[in-house]
Amino acid sequence: MSLIVAALAVWAIGWGINIWIARQAPGRWQSITSATIFGVTLVLMWELIVRGSGISPVILPPPSMIYTAFVSSTDILMADFIQTFVKGALTGYAMGCTAAFLTALAIDRSDFLKRGLLPIGNFVAALPIIGMAPILVMWFGFDWQSKAAVVVIMIFFPVLVNTVQGLDAADKMQKDLMRTYAASYWQSLFKLRLPAAAPFIFNGLKIASTLALIGAIVAEFFGSPIVGMGFRISTGAGRLELDLVWAEIVVAAVAGSAFYGIVALIERKATFWHPSQRK
Amino acid sequence: MQSDIVIKAEKLCLTFETNDGPVHALKDVDLTINKGEFVSFIGPSGCGKTTFLRVLADLETPTGGSVCVNGMTPREARRKRAYGFVFQAAGLYPWRTIGGNIKLPLEIMGISKAEQKKQVEEVLALVDLKGFENKFPWQLSGGMQQRASIARALAFHADILLMDEPFGALDEIVRDHLNEQLLQLWAKTNKTIGFVTHSIPEAVYLSTKIVVMSPRPGRVTEVIESTLPKERPLDIRETPEFLELAHRVREGLRAGHGDDA
Amino acid sequence: MRNFFPILTVTLVIFALWYAFAVVLNKNWAYDKATRGGYELSFTELVADTWTQKKPRLPTPDQVAAEIWKSTGTAAIKKWNRSEGKPFSERISKVLGDKKSLLRHAWLTLSATLLGFVFGTGLGILLAVGIVHNKAMDNSVMPWVITSQTIPILALAPMIIVVLNAVGLSGLIPKAVISAYLSFFPVVVGMVKGLRSPDSIQLDQMRTWFASKSQIFWKLRLPSSVPYLFTSLKIGVAASLVGAIVGELTISQDGGLGARMLQGNYYGTTIIIWAALIFAAAMAAVLVSSVGLAERITKKRMGFLA
Repeated sequence: MSLIVAALAVWAIGWGINIWIARQAPGRWQSITSATIFGVTLVLMWELIVRGSGISPVILPPPSMIYTAFVSSTDILMADFIQTFVKGALTGYAMGCTAAFLTALAIDRSDFLKRGLLPIGNFVAALPIIGMAPILVMWFGFDWQSKAAVVVIMIFFPVLVNTVQGLDAADKMQKDLMRTYAASYWQSLFKLRLPAAAPFIFNGLKIASTLALIGAIVAEFFGSPIVGMGFRISTGAGRLELDLVWAEIVVAAVAGSAFYGIVALIERKATFWHPSQRK
Repeated sequence: MQSDIVIKAEKLCLTFETNDGPVHALKDVDLTINKGEFVSFIGPSGCGKTTFLRVLADLETPTGGSVCVNGMTPREARRKRAYGFVFQAAGLYPWRTIGGNIKLPLEIMGISKAEQKKQVEEVLALVDLKGFENKFPWQLSGGMQQRASIARALAFHADILLMDEPFGALDEIVRDHLNEQLLQLWAKTNKTIGFVTHSIPEAVYLSTKIVVMSPRPGRVTEVIESTLPKERPLDIRETPEFLELAHRVREGLRAGHGDDA
Repeated sequence: MRNFFPILTVTLVIFALWYAFAVVLNKNWAYDKATRGGYELSFTELVADTWTQKKPRLPTPDQVAAEIWKSTGTAAIKKWNRSEGKPFSERISKVLGDKKSLLRHAWLTLSATLLGFVFGTGLGILLAVGIVHNKAMDNSVMPWVITSQTIPILALAPMIIVVLNAVGLSGLIPKAVISAYLSFFPVVVGMVKGLRSPDSIQLDQMRTWFASKSQIFWKLRLPSSVPYLFTSLKIGVAASLVGAIVGELTISQDGGLGARMLQGNYYGTTIIIWAALIFAAAMAAVLVSSVGLAERITKKRMGFLA
């Protein structure tokens, strides 16, 4: 009981600090500090409430238990990470993005194809593609190849649609100027249209980065050799080894945000000129 | 004849702190505006004309000096809804009809529904948009939308009308027409008007008093009292008197900002 | 409408490729059969065989369509006829309760999706209002909401199902919970953007009328946020459906399209997997289009689409 009271006290203190921070003159430090305090408050409350109330730690392990599981199973977590993220998600990401990019270039020269493919692409992007996972496991086997295949299918259309939109982004005046220079298709492509397309392409790449990890993990729910983040999560959940499951989720969360962050960083370097990147 | 002083600024200062050092948007501005005057503020970018108008409207806070509107601080004047403000863009809500848009400030001020209806009709007639209550903004041209925006500013019977380059986005032919209408409106309603513009002919045509400002720091270089009569058909812009005034304004502008282009 | 011919062409090409791939992927089985039976297959015979296998690696569109019709229309008609002479409501419930009917599974998935979607959206809007009006919430919660979009939240699905089952909640609720939080985040992000969309001229105008925060919210911010809300709703409803299906893939005894897919996977009846998948895709299309339709109607009445 006293732990519950402590949890409430933690909440009150954390919230109080955040209100104080909000009252200060605006600055960039506010978001980071407030968000961190909020996160720490939640974790502390989680720990206190689980320990203080009668909740079985098997159902909802407190953060300290998750941390122990994390530390004691690092080798498992590492192996899972490599299987799912490196072999499944990254290969799928690379293949899918390349395929989508090349397809976009191919259909760029045909307005007819663009008008036909784009609406279909937008439509397909909204479908529950993840449902194809069992079929792909049947075609490509249990191992990482089927997971990469799921990722490819999931990210192909979003990246395609964004790239095609990007290739159309250079404005008419710019394209006309290229014509006055008698520039060839390829010169115009590399010197004008690709740089102009970069913001859109990166938008697609960022969306794809989140989809890739989701696809690789969920695809493993359907069949995987005895390694992999999705495998560990679904079997662990079944066996109520929830501390290990949470540890995997932490790894997945960090991997997901790091992946996205890296793409965003590259975006900032490559599209530093775009209004959205300038201060 | 001592007219009522509506707006009085004394040694008004506004300094912005930026990364590149302090920017003196307004420095030691002394100005008096009397009831019923039509005052134009003209000057190049950065001269402080819009900033001054915004200080009067309590949309900016001065860092020095004093200013009073209708004998009150700008904040109190705003609370009492002592003025109507017309921005550069009409800013009408596309999800409300013209009538609905004009009712917006009236709803906020808690005016009764019956009274609202009356005001809307009155004010639409004033700007020559009778019958447009149930139309939507996107069904109107740019000039008509701006007229609706002016109607909205007149709807709650404030004595003062503040206008920040309201016709800047419109083409010259529409602008001429609106200038004429604005003068007729002013004659009918007798408001005190503060009008910011970039256009010398517009300033000379519309005002009883022209305030020439210059930048870095933002200050008043000259205050020119207009010698033109109150009745002004459009072709007054070709008379020698008009051209003389325009010349004075141009000279004032040139003196104000030295030799930067 | 000028896009009609291009779209039609691309769709026809996709179907043609589908049939072609069916031949490619199913040919091994056909050849094996032929070798065991000791006969040769001509090309036409190969094609005919690959398009009519019972457990093909890639069913053809017509096979999938036939299966869908079998498990919806025919099954419904059969149940309807079998319960001849019973009262109307009982006949309907027999049709809907048919465990083999795809319609029943679709309803199970749809109900979880819609329940979760409505809750996720409602909570999302409330949080967005809080974030826009309270600086402390904006500072502390918003960064987490944004970060959550890069975290594979769907990975939590099995755990949620297992945990909720352990405390006695099974069937609809756990799936709805997954759907709810998948639609929650896009709605928060979209609504915050929308509520903050009025530009400085609009906000200044409100200040000149001395409007209160509540008046500004109801008269300006909320209407301005409608286009952004609809964009998020389209993303959210598709995400909710995926959430419900993934939930069903984890624990399939509660039925649903995901469960049907898992069943097909287990028994090797690939046509059933495809039928369930296409049905799910069709449902996603209907859901997103419905939101799109509501969006067009609303935007037209609000003047966003002149």
